[in-house]
Amino acid sequence: MQLTVWTYEGPPHVGAMRIATAMEGLHYVLHAPQGDTYADLLFTMIERRAKRPPVTYTTFEARDLGSDTAEIFKSAARGAYERFQPQAMIVGASCTAELIQDDPGGLTKALDLPIPVIALELPSYSKKENWGASETFYRLVRGLATEQPKRAPSRLTRPICNVLGPTALGFRHRDDVREITGLLFQLGIDVNVVAPLGATPHDLTRLPAADFNVSLYPEIADVAVRFLEKEFGQPFTKTIPIGVGATNDFIAEVCGLAGVEVPDLSAFASNMPWWSRSVDSNYLTGKRVFIFGDGTHALAAARVAADELAFTVVGLGCYNREFARPVREAATELGLEALITEDYLEVEAAIARLQPELILGTQMERHIAKRLGIPCAVISAPVHVQDFPARYAPQMGFEGANVLFDTWVHPLIMGLEEHLLGMFREDFEFNDSAGASHLGGHGAAEKVSEAVAASAQAGEGAIAVLHWAPEAENELKKIPFFVRGKAKRNTEAFARDKHLETITLETLYDAKASYGR
Amino acid sequence: MTQLIPPLAAKALSDCAAPPPARVVLRERGQREVFCGLTSIMWLHRKMQDAFFLIVGSRTCAHLMQSAAGVMIFAEPRFATAIIEERDLAGMADINEELNKTVSRLLERRPEIKLLFLVGSCPSEVIKLDLGRAAERLSMTYSPRVRILNYSGSGIETTFTQGEDACLTAMVPELPATDEAGLVVVGALADVVEDQFERIFEALGIGPVHFLPSRKAGTAVPVGPNTKFLLAQPWLRDTARTLEARGATHLPALFPLGAEGTTSWLKAAADAFGVSAERFHAVTEMPRARATRALARYNDTLAGKSLFCFPDSQLEIPLARFLSRELGMTLEEVGTPYLHSVHMADELALLPADVRISEGQDVDLQLDRCRDARPDITLCGLGLANPLEQEGLTTKWSIELVFTPIQGYEQCGDLAELFARPLNRRTRLAV
Repeated sequence: MQLTVWTYEGPPHVGAMRIATAMEGLHYVLHAPQGDTYADLLFTMIERRAKRPPVTYTTFEARDLGSDTAEIFKSAARGAYERFQPQAMIVGASCTAELIQDDPGGLTKALDLPIPVIALELPSYSKKENWGASETFYRLVRGLATEQPKRAPSRLTRPICNVLGPTALGFRHRDDVREITGLLFQLGIDVNVVAPLGATPHDLTRLPAADFNVSLYPEIADVAVRFLEKEFGQPFTKTIPIGVGATNDFIAEVCGLAGVEVPDLSAFASNMPWWSRSVDSNYLTGKRVFIFGDGTHALAAARVAADELAFTVVGLGCYNREFARPVREAATELGLEALITEDYLEVEAAIARLQPELILGTQMERHIAKRLGIPCAVISAPVHVQDFPARYAPQMGFEGANVLFDTWVHPLIMGLEEHLLGMFREDFEFNDSAGASHLGGHGAAEKVSEAVAASAQAGEGAIAVLHWAPEAENELKKIPFFVRGKAKRNTEAFARDKHLETITLETLYDAKASYGR
Repeated sequence: MTQLIPPLAAKALSDCAAPPPARVVLRERGQREVFCGLTSIMWLHRKMQDAFFLIVGSRTCAHLMQSAAGVMIFAEPRFATAIIEERDLAGMADINEELNKTVSRLLERRPEIKLLFLVGSCPSEVIKLDLGRAAERLSMTYSPRVRILNYSGSGIETTFTQGEDACLTAMVPELPATDEAGLVVVGALADVVEDQFERIFEALGIGPVHFLPSRKAGTAVPVGPNTKFLLAQPWLRDTARTLEARGATHLPALFPLGAEGTTSWLKAAADAFGVSAERFHAVTEMPRARATRALARYNDTLAGKSLFCFPDSQLEIPLARFLSRELGMTLEEVGTPYLHSVHMADELALLPADVRISEGQDVDLQLDRCRDARPDITLCGLGLANPLEQEGLTTKWSIELVFTPIQGYEQCGDLAELFARPLNRRTRLAV
């Protein structure tokens, strides 16, 4: 039994819904009690989809248990086929239906529907959303992809690939697909099928016609692309094109797989390298950043943060254990221990302890950041309605890199402002308690910086309370709020180290000298 | 404004006395696009400030709670989910032992909790986990610091607001006994509404008045044979029955939506407590006039507009009564997840005879009827609203009705505004 307030991932059948909702012409019959329809609003409200997810819920009740839940399933499946006339159906159980063991696959088989029906086994009490999405996509690919006559290689035809992994409710999947298919086109490579987003079951039968697969989101596509490699000899890409460096690596990788020369792409290059090199960005150097998300996005963010913005990564982790290994390796290279957990309270404690200047995380970290008064940008699912922007805002490719620069730097206080706040701390109109001038929420900062300090202490458990001499405390208040928490913590650690009971002005500056910025 | 009882209220009262006309109710069974009872924790955990709701369920329950109302925007919630895992089901872990540990961790972390609800879910019901016994067992450990109660909010037994009914029903046996006369207002109301009603009852000379649930678990709500109670919400079938079993008397009335409903509701209490007609008039005249003024502003927008209600909270019938009688809207279909014929008798009597009332749901069939009817405004859940908007229908999300103060005289205008705004928006938009 696991005590949970917020979860990073939903149950595995929600993963299956993300596949079904992404596709056209596919219907999902889900054996589930009343209430499981809540999942529809993830798509209609959070993602603002204008169509209902193609899901029929059987809606059994307590009085049906032990009598005719199987009959309810059969009539729902038959009714769904007749009403929606899908090209294919997936059938399965939610957590409660799993317990009553009605066998949706066998029941649907008995209906003898004239379309492919794929039965899903998604164990709700051990697996989660990403696994459910990945398993569903794999089952569909395995069930539908059929051997196609390969084209003879020719100088006249362009190489073709599939782009696999984008789903409904994915973080920026819509825009990543546009960016990456555009990039592939510039490279002289055509796209055979994008799936599951926008694909039909019929499209999946054509997957083997491609020369290779682009695995955009390994959390979703990894099992399927490995199957396609084994079954149809299609190689797949390993690089996730998030950030300028990774996009260049991705270009080299796909050009290698496609057997084409890397073309001159200077006309499409990202602004990000110059934005990062321009002197205005100097103040970003060494900003302490904490990164948490799904494995793929967290890894990519760590590379961009360290190599392309010259931040210092002080924490790195992911919530999906399936992708823990590469995250652990990357953390070790950065001299860190990876945080692999699905308990957001553990993440909160780590953030409070580390006092980063920027958090790159999920919706959950956004809340933690708000509570602790630390700037934050979202880099990974799970996300909320504001992370489905109306504008084009990919994470991948060259435009994606521009988006990363803007969205990660925007929450920070601007460089010159940071200096002025450090110098003229007591200006009644321009002080740090007003918060960053280009952001809202003026006046909230003073309170939250106290929360930072309080949580940092709470995170450390029972440690002897140190006494701050009044003049030292006053001096501490002259330090801008966005570094005050860290300064306080460092000073106290320094004092403890030196076995001092009272922190004086001297102690404060001794600590400053010993820690640096 | 000089009559003792305004015409609408007088009509309501005389209608209440007449036998309700025979009415055909369409009962459907099929896919239901509704929440389960767990979802009522969304407001209960904010209403009861020293209570905590521990759902014993699956990852789905936890995911529902964080997705359903976008609650992730709130501060630390007073609810959590104890997620049953494979090892609990396989018998590798003693599930009761696991629950003890979970509760102990929780109470250590939240020492301010005075009342803990163990809330059953679909999986806990299906595996027949006896949370009643677990609550008794844990109560012995934590009493008197923490009271531990249990109820089920499972989707196989409860729809959305019925979760509150189950929660309050679990609280009733715990209420202290009294022989004193008194009024209990049953059903969670926004604090501001509760305060308004409290002032009105005081002015009417009715007392003592208690509210169930109360904001603090420590506040005693005494119940006994001389207790009279008003239902502030229409979904409290079992709570009412349990209160009656303790000797309390239900005061039948319209629900306090709109000026007419509020007047009927207050009048039921006034009559039961022997308040004179003059005093009732004197106390309610001003707020009733304000309500009428507030509603007049929405007449142009709403009069003559047609309404189609999908089932959601059980507020649909009283709402339809308010919107048709006080704002002149026409009714295409009024769906409700559950129809309590006794509690709804007065409400139903005021609906036009030809209105289609439906109970339960087969969502695809109901959507077909809605598309045929092309109502001016459709009241529906969050899963249906955007898809219907895309089809050109104007919608109002029903969940807002349980998250907004809408009861009482002073909220009449706000309630009308909820329906007028989507229509107004559609008129303004030129994109």
